[in-house]
Amino acid sequence: MTRQAKPYSDPYLAGVGIGAVLLAAYVLVGRGLGASGAFSSLAAAGTAVIQGTSKAAAAPATAPYLTSGIGTFQTDWLVLELLGVTIGGALSAWFAGRLRRTVERGTGISARQRILTAIVGGILMGLGAKFARGCTSGQALTGGALLSAGSWSFIIACFASGYAAAPFVKKLWSGECKV
Amino acid sequence: MTAPLSESGGLSAAGMQAVAPILGIAFGWFLERGGLGYAPKLAGQFYLRDLTVFKVMFSALLTAMLGVFWLDRLGILDLSLVYLPETFVAPQAVGGALFGVGFVIAGLCPGTSCVAAATGKLDGLATVAGIFAGIVLFNVLFPWTGSFYESTSLGSVTFPELIGISRGLGVALVTAVALGGFFAAQRLDQARMSSK
Repeated sequence: MTRQAKPYSDPYLAGVGIGAVLLAAYVLVGRGLGASGAFSSLAAAGTAVIQGTSKAAAAPATAPYLTSGIGTFQTDWLVLELLGVTIGGALSAWFAGRLRRTVERGTGISARQRILTAIVGGILMGLGAKFARGCTSGQALTGGALLSAGSWSFIIACFASGYAAAPFVKKLWSGECKV
Repeated sequence: MTAPLSESGGLSAAGMQAVAPILGIAFGWFLERGGLGYAPKLAGQFYLRDLTVFKVMFSALLTAMLGVFWLDRLGILDLSLVYLPETFVAPQAVGGALFGVGFVIAGLCPGTSCVAAATGKLDGLATVAGIFAGIVLFNVLFPWTGSFYESTSLGSVTFPELIGISRGLGVALVTAVALGGFFAAQRLDQARMSSK
């Protein structure tokens, strides 16, 4: 580590900032923020590659994302929003001197193990977000702030199972968490 | 003119597309600023080592919830025109449970995995790839899981409506729980500081 990275900002300040962005989304476009929905649009195109476009365009799981062929995702609102998220994240890290190629992990596992477990965790989240019709952005934040009943059942189930599973995967996150 | 602007004609379809990346950039910026692109920090929430996830999430939720509630009360925003996600009790509870396990294993969620990947973290990129694979898997399995996915539908409903209390009381309840959580989090932080 050669360049000194700036410390992260106050979590409450970052939270109020995200809340203000979410509020702006309600006011401007009448909908909230999301992340997994954009993945769904892109994954529908991926599914079309596996199943064939005509089959995927007729299947209920992918049809809503493929209304005018696999090119639709380019104009999807959430895809544009998530594209912004990656740009905003990169900009923030760049200004703070945190842009660095790393594999972040606990001290108990190798980089290769971390990559594998990240993929496994991602698969479970992909499946879970589909059943829940959204993730921590689209359900927990967006639906939660609108008091959606399903969003609150998602929040409670997500954290309850996270805490229940945590002791079993303790090895992944051993060692002192820096920052 | 009342909000949402997309409904009252204040914002065209092209305008909506144009604000999407702008809102996204601000969202990604604040996620990274708060440290939510760094997986060990997020995972720390599940071991009560680092309560950033709770603090960021609930201060964001509180800001947006109170903002939208009062803008509606003041007649600036028509809340009935803001899209309320539909409720499907069983698949959302099961989905949430699956998601929670994935969250603690990956240490990132879909939005934060994009931030992590964009800032050079290869574990973030691996999580992104996993999420794609999980969704494709869901799509392929849909013929067998579709009936469960569509089950226990309640439509667009809020929890205050479901349990028969006013929206204002629901907002007050969430606010009280969040403030109680913030207070507990500060106490936990202080206890950890003094034990070091």
